[in-house]
This record gives sequence, structure tokens and C-alpha cells, in this order.
Amino acid sequence: MNTLSPKTGTAWLFKMAWRDGKANISRLILFMASIILGIAAVVSIQSFSENLKKNIGQQSKALMGADFIIDSRNSPNTRVQQIIDSLGGANASEVNFVSMAAFPKTNDAKLVRVRGMKGAFPLYGTLETVPAKAALDYQDKNAALVDATLMLQYNLSPGDSITIGRITVPILAALKSIPGSSSISASIAPPVIIPFSLIEKTELLQQGSRKDYQYFFVASDKINLDVLSRDLNPILETENAGLSTHKAASARLGRRYTNVSKFLNLVAFIALLLGCIGIASSVHIYIKEKLPAVAVLKCMGATARQTFSIYLIQIAGMGFLGGLLGVGIGLGLQQFFPLLLQAFLPFSIDISVSVSAIVLGLVLGILMSVLFALLPLLSTWYVSPLEVLRVQAGSYVKSKRVKLLIFAAILGFIYAVTFWLLRDGVYALGFVLGVGFTFCVLAGIAVLFMKGIKHFFPKAWGFTARQSLLNLFRPNNQTLVLIIAIGLGAFLISTLYFTRNMLQSRATLNAATKDPNMILMDVQTTQKEAVKQRIVLNKFPVVDDLAIVTMRLHSIKEVLVNTIRKDSSSLVRDWVLNHEFRATYRDSLIPSEKIIEGRWVPKIELGKPVEISISSNFAKDTNLAVGDELVFNVQGVLMTTLVGSIRDVNWGRAQMNFLVVFPKGVLEEAPQFHVLTSYTPNEEASAGLQRDLVKQFPNVSVIDLRQILQVVEGVLNKISWVINFMAFFSILTGLIVLISSVRNSKYQRIKESVLLRTLGAKNKQILHITALEYFYLGSIGAGIGVLLSVVGSKLLASFVFEVSFVPSLIPFLIVFPAITILVLFIGLINSSAVLKSTPLEVLRREG
Amino acid sequence: MPKILKIDKLEKTYTSGSKKLTVLHDISFDIEAGETFAIVGPSGSGKTTLLGLCAGLDKPNSGSVELCGTRLQDMSEDQRALLRNKDVGFIFQNFQLLPTLSALENVSVPLELQGTKNASTMALQLLDKVGLANRIHHYPSQLSGGEQQRVALARAFCNTPSILFADEPTGNLDEETGEKVIELLFELNREAGTTLVIVTHDLDLANRTQQVLQLKGGKILTNKRQ
Repeated sequence: MNTLSPKTGTAWLFKMAWRDGKANISRLILFMASIILGIAAVVSIQSFSENLKKNIGQQSKALMGADFIIDSRNSPNTRVQQIIDSLGGANASEVNFVSMAAFPKTNDAKLVRVRGMKGAFPLYGTLETVPAKAALDYQDKNAALVDATLMLQYNLSPGDSITIGRITVPILAALKSIPGSSSISASIAPPVIIPFSLIEKTELLQQGSRKDYQYFFVASDKINLDVLSRDLNPILETENAGLSTHKAASARLGRRYTNVSKFLNLVAFIALLLGCIGIASSVHIYIKEKLPAVAVLKCMGATARQTFSIYLIQIAGMGFLGGLLGVGIGLGLQQFFPLLLQAFLPFSIDISVSVSAIVLGLVLGILMSVLFALLPLLSTWYVSPLEVLRVQAGSYVKSKRVKLLIFAAILGFIYAVTFWLLRDGVYALGFVLGVGFTFCVLAGIAVLFMKGIKHFFPKAWGFTARQSLLNLFRPNNQTLVLIIAIGLGAFLISTLYFTRNMLQSRATLNAATKDPNMILMDVQTTQKEAVKQRIVLNKFPVVDDLAIVTMRLHSIKEVLVNTIRKDSSSLVRDWVLNHEFRATYRDSLIPSEKIIEGRWVPKIELGKPVEISISSNFAKDTNLAVGDELVFNVQGVLMTTLVGSIRDVNWGRAQMNFLVVFPKGVLEEAPQFHVLTSYTPNEEASAGLQRDLVKQFPNVSVIDLRQILQVVEGVLNKISWVINFMAFFSILTGLIVLISSVRNSKYQRIKESVLLRTLGAKNKQILHITALEYFYLGSIGAGIGVLLSVVGSKLLASFVFEVSFVPSLIPFLIVFPAITILVLFIGLINSSAVLKSTPLEVLRREG
Repeated sequence: MPKILKIDKLEKTYTSGSKKLTVLHDISFDIEAGETFAIVGPSGSGKTTLLGLCAGLDKPNSGSVELCGTRLQDMSEDQRALLRNKDVGFIFQNFQLLPTLSALENVSVPLELQGTKNASTMALQLLDKVGLANRIHHYPSQLSGGEQQRVALARAFCNTPSILFADEPTGNLDEETGEKVIELLFELNREAGTTLVIVTHDLDLANRTQQVLQLKGGKILTNKRQ
């Protein structure tokens, strides 16, 4: 016999789903609302990152300003020059370095990035200047283009002059944008473009200056850039140069932004998961109320599959509509992202509608709502038609196997979506386990807490206090779901707060300890004493005097660096092979260092090899242990060393830290420059010292840590704004789940309050009971969330940021009470109908 | 007359924790097609459980139920659902109308389940017959108890069932309304030639049927043909 009524098709199931659904439209809309925001968040970020990728692809040449670039840390040697010539010569070139610039008009000085340009850079895209014409004739006029923000800060205008090293040139225009540069990257050392022909006259390209030569090329269509890169890079790398194509550069840029959008996507996905838990909880109550109707349908001959399908269609329909609305809101939201992320983007972005994001939103809407509703929906399958006869049919037992299958499907789906977002199986698994763990911890603590209350029930409390506690355990209660939703919201907010605090404290100077806050770079040995005297004359201390010797690695553990470059199985990280090390030598450790392995050698020991100390991160990235051999190329001279010790370095401390420290008695005669540090009490004093130094020693670059930290703080503020924006979705979803739950239990509450009133309870007492119940829910949820965030932040501090945890009372004093009050407020607002209902109204409804 | 319902040595036990509760014990009887039949007995005597077993809503622990020539215990839940849809009608004490559907939609459902094309027209005719032609778009909450039970009657007869099970059909109605509903029930039954099985406390109602089965403590006390 056929298991379905022969002539009843899918159309009837849809008809029944609609007939039944339209009577419950307000409740179904609430289910829908739980996922709208999560989907909107996922879609907005997904669509924006698609747009970002597309824009980067479209603008890749303009982002680089060329088809490909050859860059070199030093003035190109004969071999590199030969390669440049063999390619037909560069279409444009530049040398850039960091230096102090002075502004005679205001008598100010500032660290800038000087870019000496030759030729028509950019070869693609434009230099945006005001006035625009200046971008074309600054080289002919021997004038400078100065970063527009810098001009605004120092009240400069075209026609004023700028002093760089030994030359003073007129400022021709304000520089609004350069291909490939973001406003964040220009904050610390804003760009100043001058003609290449003026660079030599500045006399700034001397020993120690970290400079970068770049040669820009236009490639003919016949050249395969990938092949060119593959063929030339190995040769160029041996000469400390490299070739980068616009495709490779935009791919790198794309990866960087993809990582950011992956992270934001996960935050959005958490909001969606939270909404789905809300759906599961609401559907549980909804379906429970529908079971008598299901039993009636079964009596009339509907099969289990038919009744199950009716409600499945309803939920899927709501999921589809939720997805549709979420997609709409998400596509609208993404229009704001360019504003939000403006500072981080080195290019303009055109926003268009991403089809894949729309499909993602709809698929997520339907699949997630259905998956999370499946467990409660199963009851419709198992409910016996006997229920209509008021016979206790031994309750419908859900199959454990089916339950397990559903859980597996949910976890599998979350894993699949996460994998799709991250494209990394291990990270996706980590995320699923992490989310599962957080939910389980929240749920576990909530359950324990509730059991605790039950076990140690305060029998001596007054009636209203006891009754409100009992309400937390009422049948069909949503206490657990609400605690998870509220707890997760509180957890996210306060973890964000703690994390921001930690990162900021790491980037804050301690004024009380008078740590150095001025770093003077590129001080030549011949200038050192004069510079020191100048600092002292200005009545500031010279805190550190460090000699810096630049060098590169020649071989590691007796294997040449060039050989390691070709070895794809090597455990040595790429940066190590190309890095220009700035080593120092000294006989003692500084406070930010600690020996973790080997022994510290203060001074070269006669007849023994040179034992150096390396930082732990360098040891890890180079796969080095104490006793391993390293040969450095110290500006043409090979120097064999052994790893004598490995240091743990606190890079977070505003101090001059080094990857490699030599003992005294080795590098003293090597070509070197010096770094001096000082302390100035305020910005004014710092500006005065900078002005004085730039006049006397134009080659010395002064870094004011205070200014850098302001930039860092600005970046952190912007990042936390973005993260807060995403967390907002989770919190709002939590609130919708809360409202939905209050609405779901509204009729039950009305009946209870009427019964209490019939028994003689006053309205005030009922209000008191309701208020206390929401107070318990809010305070338990928020309390657990904030406490968990302390644990989570402490773990983040130890394992991710490697800083000490900075405890704060703010989450306890602000987040905890604010969320509790919010829950109380929403609970009471939504319960007003309960308080206003008269017993007669309820009796009528009952009838 | 052929037997439409054959009950043989029926036994039903419920387990509650470690305790076993026998609700029905050694029940056997037959009902002929077109006959009216009443099951009476005090509360807890097993009347409703017996009705559920006879209608294929539940499975017995032992014994057999043969409804419309088919042994119910050999059928799957879905097969029994199809049988109910084709051959069985129900009337319940608390009406059991679907609260989210209008009167017309409630009556149409069994026909729609059968795939009948003009379900609405047939439902409308039946609602007219029970005197509710002007209330077809009303929802159960907008109807009185008597009206709701009349909608339930229309629903029960719409698929022209071979057998109709009524569980305390007047239990939630006042005497006057209850009487009207019963009149209508017997009238429709006569017209359709349906077998009628009524579970009731009401001995007056039971006496209007052709056969009365009296239960006590899950056992048959008497089985009288009147």
C-alpha cells in the first residue's frame, strides 16, 4: 500500500502550510527575525569582500602603478642593472627612505617618507594632487608634492617650502593619493615626492639609511609576467633584489583583505548561529502547541510524512523570507563598509551586487532554519493520533539515532559553511569546536546554576521572589536559551573591551617610568657626540646609545642561503633569507629581554668562536638551537658565529629590541651608525628638540613614539569599531531571541497571572514577579558572559597577544548592569499585555 | 450482514516506570456493517482506549482488530492512516477542529487528503446540511460549542466513511445543544448507512443504539443487543 494518500500532492502540503501559517504569522515573523540580522551580517561582509576582490583584480595595475617592479635595498649593482637594461630599461624609478623634513614657514619638523621620482610614475593610475596639474610638472619645476594631511596639520599651502636634508624646495601641491598607499600606512611617515635629481643634493643617502630603490616597468602583451617572475627572481634574490608583478602584488593584497573579511564573516556567522538557536527554541514551543492539531490530522488520515512536511514547509518558507530580507539588508549595509574601512583601503571601491552572496544568504536562511528546527519538528512525526482521545499514549519517543543524525547534520553544516568561509579545514574545525565549546560552557554553567538554585532553593524568601525563581523552571521555559543568548552577547562585548584594553595598554607609554619616547635614527659615528651634546643642551637625557651594524645572512647551519631559497621543504621562513639585520653589540641584557636557553656572552672570549644571542621568534622562524652556526655577510665581510643563547624579547615594550645581539669586541670596527634615545615630557618639548636637531643634523631621523602610539591607538579604535559593529549583530539577535521568547510564553504568562489574581494577588505583586524573573535571567546571563570573558581574555592575553592580562571593573560595572537592565526593560515592555489582561478575557479565550 | 469490526481477545497494557497497568483485558466482540453501537462504562473503565484501538489509532499488546476486512496489526502507521482517511470518521468530545482553519477548510481537509477535486463544494454541501452555510469562513474560536460540533459532524461524514467513531460527542455541550447534535448524528448516519460506534457516559444515548457494550475495570461486563 502506498504510504501517501495517492492523490494528495505537494501542492496540498503547501496549501496547508499556508493556511496554518497565516494564522500564526506574527510568531513566524519572530522566528524569521532571529536570522535576518545574522544573514544580513554574513551577506554584507561576503558581498563586500567579493567586491573588494573584484576591485583589486580590476585595479591591480593601478595599485602598483606598473606592470611589474624590480626593487632593491641598495643602489642596484652591475648584475641587477644588467637585468634592468635587458628588459629595455625602466619606464620610471624611485628611491625612497624615511627622513626628517622641516617646514621653514612654521619652523616645524616631521618624520616623512621621501620618494625621489624619475620618469612618469605612475605608469597606470594617477597621482592625485591639488592642484591636479602639479602631478605632471613637479619634476620639471624641481618642486615637492607633500601629503595633503601633513600640509593640513602644519598649515602649509602650495608655494610654501620644505627642507629635506641639505635642500629646500617649494611645495607645488598637496598629494591626495599615490597608487598602492593607504591612509594608515601614510600616518606614521607621510609621503613627500621630489624629483629624483634632487636626492643626491639632500645628502641623506648615507651609511645606515634604510632605502628602497624601485624600477617601474610597462610590459608588452607578449611578456608572460609569471614566467618573467619565475625566471628572474632567483637571480635577483641573490643580489638582494626582487621582482614583483602587479598580479602577485594584488594577490597579496587580496589575501590580506580576505583574511580580514574571513574574521568578520566568522563574527557574523556567530550572530547567525545565535539566531538559529533562537529559532530552535521558538519552534520547540510552536510545534508543541501544534501537536494536538497534528494528531487530529493524523486521525483524519494524514501520514507522518505529510504532517511533518506541512511544518517543514512553514519553517523553510520563513527561512527563505528571512534569507531574502537578510540579503536585502546585507546588500544595503555593504554600502557603508567602504566608509568604515576607508583608512585601511589603498584604493577606491565600487560596490556592486554579488550574486554569490545573495545565493549564500538564501541557502543559509533556508538550510539553517530548517536544520535547527528539525529536532522540534520531529515531534510531529512521532506524535500519535491517539492524543486526540486524551489517552496518554506513552508519549512520542523520538528515535535516538535520528536525533544524533540531526546533531551530526547541524555540526556538519556549520563545519561546511565555516570551511567555505575560511578555506582551511583545520581552522574550520577549530572554529566549530570553539563555538561548540563556548555554547557548551555557557549552557553547562547555566544548567549548573539552575540546578544550584533548585537544590538550594531559598524557601525562606518572600512569595514574589520565590514565585519568580520558580518561573525559571516552568514547563516550556526558555531559560537556557535566553541565558545562552544573553551570555553570548555579554561575553562578546566584554571580551572586545578587555582585548582592546590589552592592546592599548601594550601600546601606551608609561609616563611615570620615563621610558624613552624619542628615537634618533641614522646618527653617524662622527656625529654621535655632537648629537648627544645637542640633546643635553636642550635639557633632555640621552637614555640609550646603541650601535647598529647592518648585515644579511650568508649561510645557516652550513647551508648557503641561496640553496635554502631553492629548497621548498626548508623549515626556514622566507623573510629570514631576505632580511637586512640591524644587529647591535653590548655586554648586558636590557629589561625587555630574558635568556631562555644557552648562556649570555658579554664579551668575545679569546680563542673562542663568536657566540651571539638571538631572539626566540628568530630562532623559531629559522629553526635554530643553541650551538647552531650562522654566517653573516657584514657589508661584504663574512663573519661566522654560533648561537650562544636564545632570548625571550618583549617586543611590546617601547624599547629598542634586536633579533641579533653580538658580544662586545667583535663589531666595533664594522661600518655602523647609531641610535640614540631620549625622553621628552610632552609634545611641545618633543617638537622643540626635533626642530633643533633637524637644523643641525638633517640626516638624523627622529621618531616620536608618542605620535606613533597615537596612530596605533587610532588604528585600534577603527578596528574595534568594526568589530563592535559586527558584535552588534549578535547582541541585536540576542535581543530578538529574547523578545521572541517573551512573546512565545505570553499566553502562558497571562493564564498564570490571571490565576494568581483570582487567588488574590495584586497587580503590583505580579509586576514584581515578572520583573524579578527578567532580572534573574538578565543578571545570570550577563554575569556568566562577563565572567567567561575574563577567562577568555586571560587566555587570549597569554596565548595570542602574549601580554599580561589587564583586569578591569568596567565590564562588571557597566556591561553587566546595562545588559541586565535592558533584559528587564524588554521583558516588562513585552509583558505589559500580561498585566493588563482581565480574568474574563482569558476565560473567553479559553472557551 | 457482514462484520465491519471484529475484536478478538484484545489486551492493552501501559507501563509506567516499573509498574504495568492493564487497561483492557480479553475483549472480544463484533459489529455488523450499518449497525449503531455504544460503549459505556464508568471513568477509567477503558472505553476511550478501546475506541482508539478499534479505530487503529493505537496497537494492542495482544489480540486482534479487524476493521473493514483488514487486520490492523499487520499494517504500518501510514497504511492505517490511509484506511482512516478512506473508511473512518471521527467525532470527539472537544470537537478537535483545527484552530487555524476556517469551518469550510476544516471540513475540506479529509477530502483534500483523498485528493478529491471538488472538496470545497462537497464540504459546503455538508456544512449546509448541518445548518452552517452562513458560517463557513468562521474560525473555530468564532463558533459556539454546538456549532463547532456540527462542523466536526460535517467533517466526519464528508468522506462518506464506512464506520464512524464518536467519543463522548455531547460531553462538552449543554443538554439542549447536545440533543440537537445527536439528532443530527443519527440522521446523517441513517442517510449514509454508516456504522456508528459511540463511547458515552450517557445511558439514554446508549439506549438509542442497537447494541451496548458495558465495560468495567477493562473487562466486558455485558454486551447486549437491543
